[in-house]
Amino acid sequence: MSRTFLCLTALTALTWLSCSHGAVLPEDRADALYHRYDGGGVTIDGPSLLVRKQVAKNVSVAANYYVDSISSASIDVVTTASAYSEKRTEMSVGADYLYNSTIFSTGYKNSDESDYAANSAYFGVSQDLFGALTNISMSYGRGWDDVSRNGDNEFSADVERHSYRLGISQILTRNLLMGMTLETITDEGFLNNPYRSVRYLDPESDKGYSYQAEVYPNTRTSTAVSLRGRYRLPYRAAVHSEYRFFDDTWGIAAHTAEVGYTQPVWGRWMVDLNYRFYTQTAADFYSDLFSREDAQNYMARDKELSDFDSHTLGIGLSYEILPNGWRFFDKGNLSVRYNYIYFDYENFRDLRDDGDTPGTEPLYNFSANVVQFFFSVWF
Amino acid sequence: MKRIIAAAALVAVVGLTGCSNVEPWVKPYERDRLADPIMFFDRDPVSSAYTHHVYEAREGARGGLGSAGGGCGCN
Repeated sequence: MSRTFLCLTALTALTWLSCSHGAVLPEDRADALYHRYDGGGVTIDGPSLLVRKQVAKNVSVAANYYVDSISSASIDVVTTASAYSEKRTEMSVGADYLYNSTIFSTGYKNSDESDYAANSAYFGVSQDLFGALTNISMSYGRGWDDVSRNGDNEFSADVERHSYRLGISQILTRNLLMGMTLETITDEGFLNNPYRSVRYLDPESDKGYSYQAEVYPNTRTSTAVSLRGRYRLPYRAAVHSEYRFFDDTWGIAAHTAEVGYTQPVWGRWMVDLNYRFYTQTAADFYSDLFSREDAQNYMARDKELSDFDSHTLGIGLSYEILPNGWRFFDKGNLSVRYNYIYFDYENFRDLRDDGDTPGTEPLYNFSANVVQFFFSVWF
Repeated sequence: MKRIIAAAALVAVVGLTGCSNVEPWVKPYERDRLADPIMFFDRDPVSSAYTHHVYEAREGARGGLGSAGGGCGCN
Protein backbone atom coordinates (compact mmCIF):
# COMPACT_ATOMS: atom_id res chain seq x y z
CA MET A 1 0.00 0.00 0.00
CA SER A 2 2.65 2.51 1.04
CA ARG A 3 4.74 1.64 -2.02
CA THR A 4 1.76 2.23 -4.33
CA PHE A 5 0.99 5.53 -2.62
CA LEU A 6 4.61 6.69 -2.81
CA CYS A 7 4.89 5.72 -6.48
CA LEU A 8 1.75 7.69 -7.31
CA THR A 9 3.05 10.62 -5.27
CA ALA A 10 6.35 10.55 -7.15
CA LEU A 11 4.61 10.18 -10.54
CA THR A 12 2.32 13.09 -9.84
CA ALA A 13 5.17 15.23 -8.53
CA LEU A 14 7.34 14.54 -11.58
CA THR A 15 4.46 15.46 -13.88
CA TRP A 16 3.78 18.65 -11.96
CA LEU A 17 7.38 19.78 -12.17
CA SER A 18 6.89 20.94 -15.75
CA CYS A 19 3.82 23.04 -14.89
CA SER A 20 5.26 26.11 -13.27
CA HIS A 21 2.92 28.65 -11.68
CA GLY A 22 4.94 30.06 -8.80
CA ALA A 23 4.33 28.53 -5.38
CA VAL A 24 5.83 30.29 -2.37
CA LEU A 25 7.50 29.11 0.81
CA PRO A 26 5.83 29.80 4.18
CA GLU A 27 6.53 33.14 5.89
CA ASP A 28 9.49 33.60 8.24
CA ARG A 29 7.86 33.71 11.63
CA ALA A 30 8.37 32.91 15.33
CA ASP A 31 5.66 32.16 17.90
CA ALA A 32 5.86 31.71 21.67
CA LEU A 33 2.69 30.21 23.14
CA TYR A 34 1.52 29.34 26.65
CA HIS A 35 -1.35 26.85 26.84
CA ARG A 36 -3.52 25.68 29.70
CA TYR A 37 -6.25 23.02 29.75
CA ASP A 38 -8.35 22.64 32.88
CA GLY A 39 -11.25 20.19 32.95
CA GLY A 40 -12.49 16.89 34.37
CA GLY A 41 -9.90 16.91 37.16
CA VAL A 42 -7.03 17.28 34.69
CA THR A 43 -4.78 20.32 34.38
CA ILE A 44 -2.26 20.50 31.54
CA ASP A 45 -0.15 23.52 30.75
CA GLY A 46 3.15 24.45 29.18
CA PRO A 47 4.88 26.35 26.41
CA SER A 48 5.10 25.85 22.66
CA LEU A 49 7.80 27.60 20.65
CA LEU A 50 7.68 27.55 16.86
CA VAL A 51 10.25 29.15 14.57
CA ARG A 52 10.22 29.10 10.78
CA LYS A 53 13.01 30.65 8.68
CA GLN A 54 14.05 30.66 5.06
CA VAL A 55 17.70 29.58 5.02
CA ALA A 56 18.40 29.55 1.29
CA LYS A 57 16.69 30.83 -1.82
CA ASN A 58 14.46 27.75 -2.05
CA VAL A 59 14.61 26.23 1.44
CA SER A 60 12.63 27.00 4.56
CA VAL A 61 13.14 25.19 7.87
CA ALA A 62 10.98 25.02 10.99
CA ALA A 63 11.41 23.79 14.55
CA ASN A 64 8.91 23.36 17.36
CA TYR A 65 9.42 22.71 21.08
CA TYR A 66 6.31 21.81 23.04
CA VAL A 67 5.67 20.76 26.64
CA ASP A 68 2.63 19.32 28.43
CA SER A 69 2.91 19.44 32.24
CA ILE A 70 0.10 17.16 33.40
CA SER A 71 -1.58 16.95 36.79
CA SER A 72 -4.33 14.34 36.65
CA ALA A 73 -7.11 13.36 38.99
CA SER A 74 -9.53 12.46 36.20
CA ILE A 75 -12.65 10.33 36.66
CA ASP A 76 -10.67 7.22 35.65
CA VAL A 77 -7.86 8.04 38.06
CA VAL A 78 -10.20 8.83 40.96
CA THR A 79 -12.19 5.59 40.56
CA THR A 80 -9.46 3.09 39.70
CA ALA A 81 -6.01 4.55 40.46
CA SER A 82 -4.15 7.42 42.16
CA ALA A 83 -3.65 11.01 41.09
CA TYR A 84 -0.38 11.60 39.26
CA SER A 85 1.76 14.27 37.65
CA GLU A 86 4.02 13.92 34.65
CA LYS A 87 5.60 15.82 31.80
CA ARG A 88 5.54 15.23 28.05
CA THR A 89 8.09 16.93 25.84
CA GLU A 90 7.73 17.10 22.09
CA MET A 91 10.28 18.36 19.56
CA SER A 92 9.89 18.52 15.80
CA VAL A 93 11.89 19.79 12.86
CA GLY A 94 10.84 20.19 9.26
CA ALA A 95 12.02 21.54 5.95
CA ASP A 96 10.35 22.72 2.74
CA TYR A 97 12.11 22.83 -0.60
CA LEU A 98 10.63 24.90 -3.43
CA TYR A 99 11.31 23.73 -6.98
CA ASN A 100 9.41 25.72 -9.62
CA SER A 101 5.81 25.47 -8.41
CA THR A 102 6.30 22.36 -6.31
CA ILE A 103 7.05 22.29 -2.60
CA PHE A 104 8.61 19.15 -1.16
CA SER A 105 8.24 18.86 2.59
CA THR A 106 9.77 16.56 5.13
CA GLY A 107 9.90 16.44 8.90
CA TYR A 108 10.60 14.47 12.04
CA LYS A 109 8.91 14.55 15.44
CA ASN A 110 9.78 13.04 18.81
CA SER A 111 7.51 12.94 21.84
CA ASP A 112 8.76 11.65 25.16
CA GLU A 113 7.17 10.99 28.54
CA SER A 114 7.94 8.59 31.38
CA ASP A 115 6.01 5.66 29.89
CA TYR A 116 5.57 6.50 26.21
CA ALA A 117 7.96 7.53 23.44
CA ALA A 118 6.70 8.37 19.97
CA ASN A 119 8.73 9.08 16.85
CA SER A 120 7.35 9.97 13.45
CA ALA A 121 8.57 11.20 10.08
CA TYR A 122 6.74 12.41 7.00
CA PHE A 123 7.31 13.34 3.39
CA GLY A 124 4.92 15.41 1.32
CA VAL A 125 4.58 17.25 -1.94
CA SER A 126 2.26 20.11 -2.86
CA GLN A 127 1.67 21.83 -6.17
CA ASP A 128 -0.14 24.92 -7.44
CA LEU A 129 -2.11 24.29 -10.61
CA PHE A 130 -4.27 26.20 -13.08
CA GLY A 131 -2.81 29.64 -12.51
CA ALA A 132 -2.56 28.94 -8.77
CA LEU A 133 -6.32 28.56 -8.47
CA THR A 134 -5.81 25.04 -7.21
CA ASN A 135 -3.35 23.51 -4.78
CA ILE A 136 -2.98 19.76 -4.43
CA SER A 137 -0.93 18.09 -1.73
CA MET A 138 -0.08 14.52 -0.81
CA SER A 139 1.90 13.20 2.11
CA TYR A 140 2.96 9.98 3.74
CA GLY A 141 3.91 9.65 7.39
CA ARG A 142 5.25 6.83 9.50
CA GLY A 143 5.38 6.52 13.27
CA TRP A 144 7.11 4.26 15.78
CA ASP A 145 5.96 4.29 19.41
CA ASP A 146 7.46 2.54 22.44
CA VAL A 147 4.98 1.82 25.21
CA SER A 148 6.03 1.05 28.78
CA ARG A 149 4.35 0.98 32.18
CA ASN A 150 5.66 2.85 35.20
CA GLY A 151 6.49 0.47 38.04
CA ASP A 152 6.63 -2.56 35.75
CA ASN A 153 10.03 -3.06 34.17
CA GLU A 154 8.85 -6.28 32.52
CA PHE A 155 6.29 -4.54 30.34
CA SER A 156 7.36 -3.25 26.93
CA ALA A 157 5.37 -2.94 23.72
CA ASP A 158 5.41 -0.98 20.50
CA VAL A 159 3.14 0.55 17.89
CA GLU A 160 3.76 1.15 14.20
CA ARG A 161 1.73 3.76 12.37
CA HIS A 162 1.27 4.81 8.73
CA SER A 163 -0.66 7.83 7.52
CA TYR A 164 -1.66 8.81 3.99
CA ARG A 165 -3.00 12.29 3.36
CA LEU A 166 -4.41 13.92 0.26
CA GLY A 167 -5.52 17.55 0.18
CA ILE A 168 -6.88 20.03 -2.30
CA SER A 169 -7.60 23.73 -1.86
CA GLN A 170 -9.40 25.74 -4.48
CA ILE A 171 -10.14 29.38 -5.20
CA LEU A 172 -13.75 29.41 -6.37
CA THR A 173 -14.48 33.13 -6.59
CA ARG A 174 -12.84 36.44 -5.60
CA ASN A 175 -14.33 35.88 -2.12
CA LEU A 176 -14.50 32.13 -1.62
CA LEU A 177 -11.88 29.48 -0.83
CA MET A 178 -12.66 25.79 -0.39
CA GLY A 179 -10.54 22.89 0.79
CA MET A 180 -10.87 19.14 1.13
CA THR A 181 -8.68 16.61 2.96
CA LEU A 182 -8.73 12.83 2.95
CA GLU A 183 -6.57 11.01 5.48
CA THR A 184 -6.17 7.34 6.29
CA ILE A 185 -4.20 6.17 9.30
CA THR A 186 -3.29 2.59 10.17
CA ASP A 187 -1.92 1.40 13.52
CA GLU A 188 -0.50 -1.93 14.54
CA GLY A 189 0.75 -2.90 17.96
CA PHE A 190 -0.25 -2.30 21.59
CA LEU A 191 -3.04 0.23 21.21
CA ASN A 192 -4.70 0.31 24.63
CA ASN A 193 -3.73 2.18 27.75
CA PRO A 194 -1.69 -0.19 29.97
CA TYR A 195 -3.21 1.27 33.14
CA ARG A 196 -6.89 1.41 32.24
CA SER A 197 -9.45 -1.19 33.31
CA VAL A 198 -12.92 -2.33 32.34
CA ARG A 199 -15.52 -3.20 34.95
CA TYR A 200 -17.76 -6.27 34.98
CA LEU A 201 -20.62 -7.51 37.12
CA ASP A 202 -19.30 -9.46 40.09
CA PRO A 203 -21.81 -10.60 42.75
CA GLU A 204 -18.90 -11.52 45.02
CA SER A 205 -17.78 -7.89 45.24
CA ASP A 206 -19.22 -5.42 47.78
CA LYS A 207 -19.94 -2.88 45.04
CA GLY A 208 -21.41 -5.50 42.74
CA TYR A 209 -18.65 -5.11 40.17
CA SER A 210 -14.92 -5.65 39.77
CA TYR A 211 -12.21 -4.54 37.35
CA GLN A 212 -9.91 -6.26 34.87
CA ALA A 213 -7.40 -4.91 32.36
CA GLU A 214 -8.62 -3.55 29.03
CA VAL A 215 -7.89 -5.57 25.88
CA TYR A 216 -7.93 -3.82 22.50
CA PRO A 217 -7.43 -5.20 19.01
CA ASN A 218 -3.82 -4.74 17.90
CA THR A 219 -4.75 -3.13 14.58
CA ARG A 220 -6.82 -0.10 13.67
CA THR A 221 -7.47 1.67 10.38
CA SER A 222 -9.32 4.98 10.20
CA THR A 223 -10.40 7.27 7.40
CA ALA A 224 -11.36 10.92 7.76
CA VAL A 225 -12.62 13.22 5.04
CA SER A 226 -13.19 16.91 5.62
CA LEU A 227 -14.53 19.83 3.64
CA ARG A 228 -13.92 23.44 4.60
CA GLY A 229 -14.72 26.85 3.21
CA ARG A 230 -13.86 30.46 3.93
CA TYR A 231 -15.89 33.37 2.58
CA ARG A 232 -14.92 37.03 2.56
CA LEU A 233 -17.91 39.24 3.36
CA PRO A 234 -18.60 42.49 1.47
CA TYR A 235 -17.02 44.41 4.37
CA ARG A 236 -13.66 43.35 5.87
CA ALA A 237 -14.71 40.21 7.72
CA ALA A 238 -14.81 36.48 6.99
CA VAL A 239 -16.98 33.49 7.84
CA HIS A 240 -15.73 29.93 7.78
CA SER A 241 -17.13 26.45 8.18
CA GLU A 242 -15.74 22.94 8.29
CA TYR A 243 -17.25 19.47 8.31
CA ARG A 244 -15.47 16.15 8.87
CA PHE A 245 -16.71 12.59 8.66
CA PHE A 246 -14.68 9.90 10.41
CA ASP A 247 -14.95 6.13 10.35
CA ASP A 248 -12.70 3.34 11.64
CA THR A 249 -12.43 -0.44 11.89
CA TRP A 250 -13.27 -0.33 15.60
CA GLY A 251 -16.81 0.79 14.82
CA ILE A 252 -16.40 4.45 15.72
CA ALA A 253 -18.16 6.88 13.37
CA ALA A 254 -17.90 10.60 14.09
CA HIS A 255 -19.13 13.89 12.70
CA THR A 256 -17.43 17.22 13.37
CA ALA A 257 -18.92 20.55 12.32
CA GLU A 258 -17.56 24.03 12.96
CA VAL A 259 -18.58 27.56 12.04
CA GLY A 260 -16.70 30.76 12.77
CA TYR A 261 -16.49 34.47 12.15
CA THR A 262 -13.43 36.74 11.92
CA GLN A 263 -13.74 40.51 12.28
CA PRO A 264 -10.93 43.11 12.38
CA VAL A 265 -11.90 46.00 14.69
CA TRP A 266 -10.44 49.32 15.83
CA GLY A 267 -7.64 49.17 13.29
CA ARG A 268 -5.21 46.86 15.10
CA TRP A 269 -7.50 44.32 16.76
CA MET A 270 -8.89 41.08 15.35
CA VAL A 271 -11.78 39.11 16.87
CA ASP A 272 -12.47 35.43 16.13
CA LEU A 273 -15.62 33.62 17.23
CA ASN A 274 -16.32 29.95 16.65
CA TYR A 275 -18.66 27.10 17.57
CA ARG A 276 -17.76 23.43 17.12
CA PHE A 277 -19.97 20.36 17.49
CA TYR A 278 -18.63 16.82 17.71
CA THR A 279 -20.47 13.51 18.02
CA GLN A 280 -19.29 9.91 17.85
CA THR A 281 -20.62 6.38 18.22
CA ALA A 282 -18.92 3.91 20.57
CA ALA A 283 -16.35 1.31 19.56
CA ASP A 284 -17.82 -2.17 19.01
CA PHE A 285 -15.96 -3.53 22.02
CA TYR A 286 -16.80 -0.67 24.41
CA SER A 287 -19.05 -1.18 27.41
CA ASP A 288 -19.46 0.71 30.65
CA LEU A 289 -20.25 -2.56 32.43
CA PHE A 290 -19.54 -6.02 31.03
CA SER A 291 -21.77 -8.92 32.04
CA ARG A 292 -18.94 -11.03 33.47
CA GLU A 293 -15.16 -11.36 33.63
CA ASP A 294 -13.55 -12.03 30.23
CA ALA A 295 -16.93 -11.44 28.61
CA GLN A 296 -15.35 -10.74 25.18
CA ASN A 297 -12.05 -11.09 23.37
CA TYR A 298 -11.73 -7.28 23.21
CA MET A 299 -12.99 -4.99 25.95
CA ALA A 300 -12.70 -1.26 26.58
CA ARG A 301 -14.08 1.23 29.06
CA ASP A 302 -12.17 4.24 27.82
CA LYS A 303 -14.57 7.17 27.63
CA GLU A 304 -12.86 8.39 24.45
CA LEU A 305 -14.25 5.20 22.82
CA SER A 306 -17.77 5.67 24.20
CA ASP A 307 -20.83 7.28 22.63
CA PHE A 308 -20.63 11.02 23.35
CA ASP A 309 -21.12 14.58 22.09
CA SER A 310 -19.10 17.71 22.72
CA HIS A 311 -19.75 21.40 22.16
CA THR A 312 -17.08 24.11 21.96
CA LEU A 313 -17.52 27.86 22.13
CA GLY A 314 -14.42 29.86 21.32
CA ILE A 315 -13.30 33.46 21.24
CA GLY A 316 -9.96 34.87 20.13
CA LEU A 317 -8.49 38.34 20.34
CA SER A 318 -5.38 39.45 18.52
CA TYR A 319 -3.61 42.83 18.74
CA GLU A 320 -1.02 44.04 16.25
CA ILE A 321 1.76 45.48 18.40
CA LEU A 322 4.27 46.29 15.66
CA PRO A 323 2.22 47.62 12.73
CA ASN A 324 5.25 49.41 11.25
CA GLY A 325 7.85 46.84 12.23
CA TRP A 326 10.78 47.29 14.59
CA ARG A 327 14.45 46.67 13.79
CA PHE A 328 14.49 43.44 11.80
CA PHE A 329 10.88 42.51 12.67
CA ASP A 330 8.28 43.22 9.99
CA LYS A 331 5.33 43.00 12.37
CA GLY A 332 4.21 41.44 15.65
CA ASN A 333 0.98 40.22 17.25
CA LEU A 334 -0.20 39.47 20.76
CA SER A 335 -3.07 36.97 20.86
CA VAL A 336 -5.30 35.23 23.36
CA ARG A 337 -7.75 32.41 22.67
CA TYR A 338 -10.31 30.90 25.02
CA ASN A 339 -12.35 27.74 24.36
CA TYR A 340 -15.11 26.37 26.58
CA ILE A 341 -15.71 22.67 25.84
CA TYR A 342 -18.60 20.62 27.23
CA PHE A 343 -18.42 16.80 27.00
CA ASP A 344 -21.63 14.82 27.46
CA TYR A 345 -21.31 11.01 27.65
CA GLU A 346 -24.18 8.71 26.66
CA ASN A 347 -22.88 5.39 28.01
CA PHE A 348 -20.03 6.20 30.40
CA ARG A 349 -21.16 6.36 34.00
CA ASP A 350 -19.89 8.37 36.96
CA LEU A 351 -18.82 5.88 39.67
CA ARG A 352 -17.72 8.41 42.27
CA ASP A 353 -20.86 7.94 44.42
CA ASP A 354 -21.18 4.57 46.12
CA GLY A 355 -24.54 2.97 46.69
CA ASP A 356 -25.97 2.92 43.19
CA THR A 357 -26.94 -0.39 41.62
CA PRO A 358 -24.26 -1.22 39.03
CA GLY A 359 -25.31 0.12 35.64
CA THR A 360 -27.68 2.77 37.07
CA GLU A 361 -25.07 5.35 38.15
CA PRO A 362 -25.51 8.86 36.67
CA LEU A 363 -24.02 9.43 33.22
CA TYR A 364 -20.79 11.41 33.25
CA ASN A 365 -20.23 14.88 31.84
CA PHE A 366 -17.68 17.61 32.37
CA SER A 367 -16.56 20.95 31.00
CA ALA A 368 -13.08 22.22 30.20
CA ASN A 369 -11.55 25.67 29.93
CA VAL A 370 -8.76 25.95 27.38
CA VAL A 371 -6.64 29.10 27.23
CA GLN A 372 -3.82 30.10 24.89
CA PHE A 373 -1.65 33.23 25.04
CA PHE A 374 0.82 33.72 22.24
CA PHE A 375 3.23 36.26 20.87
CA SER A 376 4.10 36.19 17.16
CA VAL A 377 6.70 38.07 15.14
CA TRP A 378 7.38 38.07 11.40
CA PHE A 379 10.87 38.83 10.15
CA MET B 1 -7.24 1.15 1.28
CA LYS B 2 -8.90 0.85 -2.12
CA ARG B 3 -10.46 4.26 -1.60
CA ILE B 4 -7.05 5.78 -0.89
CA ILE B 5 -5.50 4.17 -3.97
CA ALA B 6 -8.42 5.37 -6.10
CA ALA B 7 -8.07 8.89 -4.68
CA ALA B 8 -4.30 8.88 -5.25
CA ALA B 9 -4.84 7.65 -8.81
CA LEU B 10 -7.33 10.46 -9.37
CA VAL B 11 -4.78 12.99 -8.19
CA ALA B 12 -2.17 11.45 -10.47
CA VAL B 13 -4.56 11.82 -13.41
CA VAL B 14 -5.22 15.41 -12.43
CA GLY B 15 -1.46 15.87 -12.26
CA LEU B 16 -1.03 14.36 -15.70
CA THR B 17 -3.52 16.85 -17.12
CA GLY B 18 -2.08 19.71 -15.09
CA CYS B 19 -0.19 21.20 -18.01
CA SER B 20 -3.31 21.89 -20.05
CA ASN B 21 -4.06 25.56 -20.50
CA VAL B 22 -6.81 26.15 -17.98
CA GLU B 23 -7.63 29.84 -17.94
CA PRO B 24 -7.78 31.07 -14.33
CA TRP B 25 -11.26 32.50 -13.82
CA VAL B 26 -10.03 34.53 -10.84
CA LYS B 27 -7.06 36.53 -12.12
CA PRO B 28 -4.03 37.12 -9.87
CA TYR B 29 -4.89 40.83 -9.63
CA GLU B 30 -8.39 39.90 -8.41
CA ARG B 31 -7.10 38.01 -5.36
CA ASP B 32 -6.44 40.94 -3.04
CA ARG B 33 -9.32 39.99 -0.73
CA LEU B 34 -8.13 36.38 -0.58
CA ALA B 35 -4.63 37.55 0.37
CA ASP B 36 -5.98 39.21 3.52
CA PRO B 37 -4.87 37.22 6.64
CA ILE B 38 -8.53 36.94 7.72
CA MET B 39 -8.93 34.53 4.76
CA PHE B 40 -6.11 32.17 5.76
CA PHE B 41 -7.23 28.62 6.59
CA ASP B 42 -4.45 28.38 9.18
CA ARG B 43 -3.57 31.90 10.32
CA ASP B 44 -1.69 30.84 13.47
CA PRO B 45 -0.17 27.36 13.04
CA VAL B 46 1.17 27.20 16.61
CA SER B 47 -2.35 27.74 17.95
CA SER B 48 -4.20 25.43 15.56
CA ALA B 49 -1.70 22.61 16.19
CA TYR B 50 -2.37 22.88 19.92
CA THR B 51 -6.15 23.00 19.43
CA HIS B 52 -6.08 19.87 17.25
CA HIS B 53 -4.00 18.14 19.92
CA VAL B 54 -6.59 19.01 22.61
CA TYR B 55 -9.36 17.39 20.58
CA GLU B 56 -7.42 14.35 19.37
CA ALA B 57 -6.46 13.45 22.94
CA ARG B 58 -10.12 13.34 24.00
CA GLU B 59 -12.00 12.09 20.95
CA GLY B 60 -12.06 8.81 19.06
CA ALA B 61 -11.75 10.57 15.70
CA ARG B 62 -8.39 11.63 14.32
CA GLY B 63 -6.88 13.13 11.18
CA GLY B 64 -8.36 14.94 8.24
CA LEU B 65 -8.44 18.36 9.86
CA GLY B 66 -6.31 21.39 9.26
CA SER B 67 -5.14 23.10 6.17
CA ALA B 68 -4.50 21.01 3.08
CA GLY B 69 -1.42 23.11 2.41
CA GLY B 70 -0.81 25.71 -0.21
CA GLY B 71 -3.02 28.69 0.43
CA CYS B 72 -4.69 31.10 -1.86
CA GLY B 73 -1.84 31.46 -4.36
CA CYS B 74 -2.01 35.22 -3.84
CA ASN B 75 1.67 36.02 -3.56
